[in-house]
Formats: sequence, structure tokens, C-alpha cells
Amino acid sequence: MTYVPLSVTDIVLAALLMIANGALSWGFGLKLERTLLLNSIRMVVQLALIGFVLKWIFLQTSPWWTILLAVIMIAVAGFEITLRQNRKLKGLLAYGLGTGTMMFVGILVTVYAVRGIIEPDPWYQPRYILPILGMVLGNTMTGVSLVLSTFVETAHRERVNIEARLAAGHPRFVALDNVLSSALRTGLMPIINAMATTGLVSLPGMMTGQILAGADPVEAAKYQMMIMFVIAGATAMGVVIAGLGVMVLLTDSRHRLRLDRVESPSQ
Amino acid sequence: MLRVENLRIGDSAPLSFEVKEGECLAIQGPSGSGKTRLLRAIADLDDAPGLVVLNGALRNEMEAPRWRQMVRYVAAEPGWWTDTPRPAFPDTPKAVSVRKKLMHALNLGPELLDRPIAKLSTGERLRLAFVRALIDEPRALLLDEPTASLDPTNAALVEELIRYQLLSGKIVLLVSHNQAQIDRLADKTLKLAAPQKFASPAKKQTNEPTERIKT
Repeated sequence: MTYVPLSVTDIVLAALLMIANGALSWGFGLKLERTLLLNSIRMVVQLALIGFVLKWIFLQTSPWWTILLAVIMIAVAGFEITLRQNRKLKGLLAYGLGTGTMMFVGILVTVYAVRGIIEPDPWYQPRYILPILGMVLGNTMTGVSLVLSTFVETAHRERVNIEARLAAGHPRFVALDNVLSSALRTGLMPIINAMATTGLVSLPGMMTGQILAGADPVEAAKYQMMIMFVIAGATAMGVVIAGLGVMVLLTDSRHRLRLDRVESPSQ
Repeated sequence: MLRVENLRIGDSAPLSFEVKEGECLAIQGPSGSGKTRLLRAIADLDDAPGLVVLNGALRNEMEAPRWRQMVRYVAAEPGWWTDTPRPAFPDTPKAVSVRKKLMHALNLGPELLDRPIAKLSTGERLRLAFVRALIDEPRALLLDEPTASLDPTNAALVEELIRYQLLSGKIVLLVSHNQAQIDRLADKTLKLAAPQKFASPAKKQTNEPTERIKT
């Protein structure tokens, strides 16, 4: 039960496996060499940077540094949600809805998990807050992106049918109920599926990490159960907030469908 | 009475007209002149500045769903949001009896109600949508090419039903490319000008409906 540190040589040995990716790209003419190289470098730089940043933050006594990093993480998650939309909402709405959802859910659920469940003393230690926030954001981000893109795509495809309902005198939220439920379903699917296979097909990253670091596997499993529930709850909340939000943004108080608030798809 | 005052559709000149109970106003004009947009604006499905009043009730002062229950837009392309037609109809006893009457009038068998929408023909979908539009007895009907994709027999049935609606005091706005149909149904005609960039500068746009004699 000891933790084996890695040397720089070990990292280089692992990086040698990237030659396989390079050969694949070259052999099949995928023209991905450049992207592979750039993204590998990006990964190394990002991880090294976050490693040093976290190490430094863990040494600080002021919680402000934790808050600063949390805000950056939320902002990046919101930006990533916007990037994943094929049809974006116009203007600041696109960024605002995703980021607002991530902020609300991220803070609420992370505080609940750390302060209410894990209960370290003091509860606001960055060692607990930041990894939990990261996991919550990462998973909620997937759900929220899916809800937003499914909702907008479906509303576009079903425009004639939605407007037929509006013309028949259905209020806007009734006219969009099919669209909303299919978007919510799509948004929840990844986390529901993940719960079904976790531990059988995939060993979750956090649990693997704890085991490698020398923790008792049963304790690691308990942690993993807790985090799965926390993540599922966060995703459900995020999905609902984003779904209701986009429904409001795509309609107006005169119960019209406002697809003019969506940009045309990229390409 | 449906009164439209200074309604602006896009960049075109403001429109003003009145249609009384039992009267049919035909709307004509080249493609892109805003016929569909005009109907949609009256039903408040698109934003358009101007006044629309139905029997003293203002479009903008009424909840939009209630307005659309009275002022019913029937799109050229009928939309369906259910798997079969039946759930799209209200099931109160009164609605059921109205539905039966209307379906009979349009030569639609009751078995069509439970057929998947995708398996209905274009004409069946269109006529069923027409039944759906009339089921809660709106006061004004905004019909966008109601018979364009129907065969002559069924087109005649739909036309007959429109005539019946007029007799029972409904207000009808009719967008149609069929001059003979307009001659048969319309009391007056509103001609919309071509979009500005195509219109000849010499021709002045009036946007006033002209009275006509029904043949």
C-alpha cells in the first residue's frame, strides 16, 4: 500500500505510445499529425500547470485563491458548452445560460458534497473543494451541452408542428413539451448509462486514482458511489435548469417561437 | 368585425382594412409580398407593429393563446405533434360531435383518426388539420392556400365548408392563387405589392382592399 512516484523518464516512456497514433494518422493519410502533436503538448502543459497551481493553492491559507480557481473553472466550463453548440443562441445569451447553470449547480452541489457529506475540517479546504467541483462541472457540462443542442435542433426540425400548436392556442410551454422532454432525456442519458456500467466495464478515474495512491479499494469504492450520486444529482439539476432556460429564451411573452434568436449553424 | 390598422409587415407600406362577420377577404400578391406573414402577424405568431382588433378586443391586450383561439391561422403546410390525429383533438362531448360532423363534411372516414400521421396522404393531413382548426369554433379564420394541394373533389368540399363558415358568421381571410376560387368566395380583395426591390418605382402601392362582386 505505497504510492510510487513517476519520474520524467516514465512520462517520456508513456509518450512513446503516441507514435502509434502518429503512425495511424500517417498510414491512413488522416492528416492529424499536427493536431495530435499540438494537443499532446497542450495536455502536458495544462496538467503540469494545474499540478503546480493546485500545489501552490493547497499551501495557501486564504480561501480566495480557491474561489478564484473555482470561478475560472466555471467560466471555462460555460465557454466549452457554448463551443459544443452547433446552433448557438445569439449574443450573450449563449454563454450566459450555460455559465449561469454551471455556476449555480457547481457551487450548490460541491458545497453540499464537501460540507454536508465528506465534512473535512475546515470544510473549505481546496484539496476537497476543487476536485469535487471539477468532477461535478465536467459531468454537468456534458448534460447541459446535450440538452441545449438537442432542444434547439429539435425545435428547428419541429418548427411547423410547434407553430401548429401555438396557432391552435396552446401556451408556449405546452406547445414545447415534447421538445423539452426529448432534450431532457438526451441530457440525462450519459450519466444514467455511466451508472449502469461503472465498475464493470470502466473503473472510474477517481477510484483508480485512490487505489493507485494506496487507499483501501473498499474505501475507494465508497467514495466512488458517493461521487456518482453527487454527479447524477448535479447533472439532473443542470439539465432541468438549462432545459427550462432555453425554452424561455426560444419563446416570448406573446407565446411565439423565436428561432430568430438562434444563429445559423456553423458550416 | 376584424379591424387591421397600420399593420407593418417587413418593410412594406402599412396595411389597414376591415372584415365583417360573414365576409371573406381574399389576399393576393406575388411570392414574397408577405401574404403568409400578414396572416401570421394577425394571429400574433410573428411580431408586427400595428393594431389588430377583433370585436373591440385588442390583439396586444389579450393573452396570446386566447387570441389564437379566436383568430385561427391555418398554415399551408399542416403541422402535427402527435403520432395519430386523435390526441390532437379535444375530447369533450361537444368537440367530438363537431369533429364527427366536420370529418363527414370533408369525406374523411373515422378510421383515419387512429392512423399514424406518416401514413396519411397529404390531402388527408390537410383536411384533418382543417377539421382541427374549426373544432373550437374560432371567430376568424386565416386560411393560407387551403386547397392548393387537394384534388378538385376535395378542394370543392373544403370550399363548401368555408362557405358554410361564412354563412354562420365567421370572418375569413383567404390567401389563394386560384382566381376562380377567389371569385367564388371573396367579398373583397387585398392586393399586396411585390417586395420593394422588385417593384417598379412608377407603380404606387395603395394596399387598400377593393370591393368586388361575388360570382
